[in-house]
Amino acid sequence: MNFEKYGSKATRFGFGEGLVELGEADERIVVLGGDITGSVLTNYFRDRFPDRFFSMGIAEQNATTVAAGLALSGKVPFFASYGAFCALRNADQLRISVCYNEANVKIGGGHSGISVGPDGATHQILEDMAFLRALPNMTLVVPCDYLEAKKATIAIGRMHGPAYIRFGREAVPSFTREDTPFTIGKAETFRDGNDVAIIATGWMVWESLVAAEELAKEGIQARVINLHTIKPIDTETIAKAAAECGAIVTAEEHQIMGGMGSAVAQVVVKNTPVPMEFVGVADTFGGSGSPGELMEAFGLTAKDVYNSVKKVLKRRSGEWNGLQAMTEVGMEGEHPKGYPKPGTIFPIDALIEADRKSEEAVA
Amino acid sequence: MPFTNERQSPEKLAGIATEIRRSIIRSLVEAGSGHSGGPLGSSDIFAVLYLGGVMKYDPKNPDLPGRDRFVLSAGHMCPVLYATLANAGFFPKSELLTLRKFGSRLQGHPGRDMHLPGIETSSGSLGQGLSIAVGMAMADKLVDRNDARVYSLTGDGELQEGSIWEAVMSAAHYKLDNFCMIVDNNDCQIDGRVPDVMNVYPIKEKFESFNFHVIEVNGHDHAALLAAFDEAKDTRGRPTCIIARTYMGAGVSFMQDKYEWHGKPPSADQAKQALDELLPNSN
Ligand SMILES: Cc1ncc(C[n+]2csc(CCOP(=O)(O)OP(=O)(O)O)c2C)c(N)n1
Repeated sequence: MNFEKYGSKATRFGFGEGLVELGEADERIVVLGGDITGSVLTNYFRDRFPDRFFSMGIAEQNATTVAAGLALSGKVPFFASYGAFCALRNADQLRISVCYNEANVKIGGGHSGISVGPDGATHQILEDMAFLRALPNMTLVVPCDYLEAKKATIAIGRMHGPAYIRFGREAVPSFTREDTPFTIGKAETFRDGNDVAIIATGWMVWESLVAAEELAKEGIQARVINLHTIKPIDTETIAKAAAECGAIVTAEEHQIMGGMGSAVAQVVVKNTPVPMEFVGVADTFGGSGSPGELMEAFGLTAKDVYNSVKKVLKRRSGEWNGLQAMTEVGMEGEHPKGYPKPGTIFPIDALIEADRKSEEAVA
Repeated sequence: MPFTNERQSPEKLAGIATEIRRSIIRSLVEAGSGHSGGPLGSSDIFAVLYLGGVMKYDPKNPDLPGRDRFVLSAGHMCPVLYATLANAGFFPKSELLTLRKFGSRLQGHPGRDMHLPGIETSSGSLGQGLSIAVGMAMADKLVDRNDARVYSLTGDGELQEGSIWEAVMSAAHYKLDNFCMIVDNNDCQIDGRVPDVMNVYPIKEKFESFNFHVIEVNGHDHAALLAAFDEAKDTRGRPTCIIARTYMGAGVSFMQDKYEWHGKPPSADQAKQALDELLPNSN
């Protein structure tokens, strides 16, 4: 497959539009709103099917459990909010009322990842996948662009059982097409190569394709795999990539701990152990800033994927044991730097001085 | 007594509230994102609480034991808290222009990791702040047995969170008369009017039945707010809930009472118009 960027659009629009398509085809689809319908685009469904939309207020635990009740009554309820509040605020409800019941509840987790930007750490959900993938019966899907988000929404609406779709707020590159295959549970190889495999999810799939082009200039052919379904995980494609490429880099907009990379590592270690590197957030909370600034600071860009490939290849060749400082083996120093400490970007002394000057001006 | 914050006249407080509103507008237009409606609507409450002699604190020693503490449970309303703290001398006013920027201590929702003086806790996930405030009030009254008071402000949409009522139940159970919560009752939330999105009324009767002392007040009337906070201090054996009737976006004509202004900043032109309406010392 060959991919080119032909536009950019946020994945949340794919969710909103997918819901309307589902609603047209299936009368059992009902949608619950959590007072942010405009942000997660459930307003499209609300405006089209007002009788099948229920405003639940700011009460995510109740909305999740009510959804379970609707599902146990033969409906196919979607509840959408920010991932921060519909993956973890309602964690016990998801575990027992939804998953243990095998209730046919679908959750749309919006504004996911650090790219939410200026809202800051409270809203930048980076731990959702760790929890969701541990839940028995749960299906967890993370689309890579707008069109895939639409396909994924429709797909989880048609399958039976609990499912969660993770999407973002920010416009991201559009590059998949109508005929790009999408099947829940089946990872897609977006670029062929046998020197290293990059397994990515969400926005990081595009960043990985960009990194692969850079690597190709140096004669390194990277296989890029879009792992859009984190659970159930495509063991076969991952094990095959490990066997054929001999080294793996994973890339996700999530904590490294417990995320997609951890899931891949489990498969790799069990089947075909090969060296791995992990691109993701390194055990830290986010912070306010523009999406671009944050992706850079937290090490979630094509450049970070590129660097991790370099690292994993040095590790495989035995040049680097993973414990020495990277600079010792001719690589760049440790990245990411994480969020700036207070007072570094805006020094307090300069602010005090600015206050003094403006008071002088008034006097 | 190291704590400052002297009692101010309602007239003086009106001017201070205008100054807070001006700071909010300036910081939001600079940030390019953030919440206008709630912060502007609650500016009078913040002026009275922090600068009207209600809370005791020392802005130069923000962690001084025995201080009164404030928890903004509705974390998204932080522009008003930041503007108030800067005007009360906790940190430089020019820092307000760093709101929501990369590396700023003024995070989009309060973040304790940035150590901004006066921020007692992180908040932004609705409902949680109120329970934190109850925990603080329990520490003060039941463990440390000091005379410090704890204040917390919630939105009215925020009352839809079930955990709010768990916090309220525990505050009443432990007879936390050092605890005073304020509901910013503007009838607006993101998706529309509160009774349409998920009705929380009757609010007063709910709190009364949970054994709270309830005071209803016009949230833009500085004299009435001062009296309400005094009444809360004089109340024994029960926590107090002040239901402050406010208008979202109050003070800026084109924002007033419009829920559409919940979560967006003014454009440069709108900010200019807002500042023209909010003339210093005009009240
Ligand atoms: C647990 C949780 N759910 C949802 C949100 C998103 N959110 C932020 S503010 C808000 C509406 C709050 O309404 P209200 O309390 O009335 O505040 P106001 O609109 O008056 O500012 C919502 C739903 C959140 N921050 N936390």
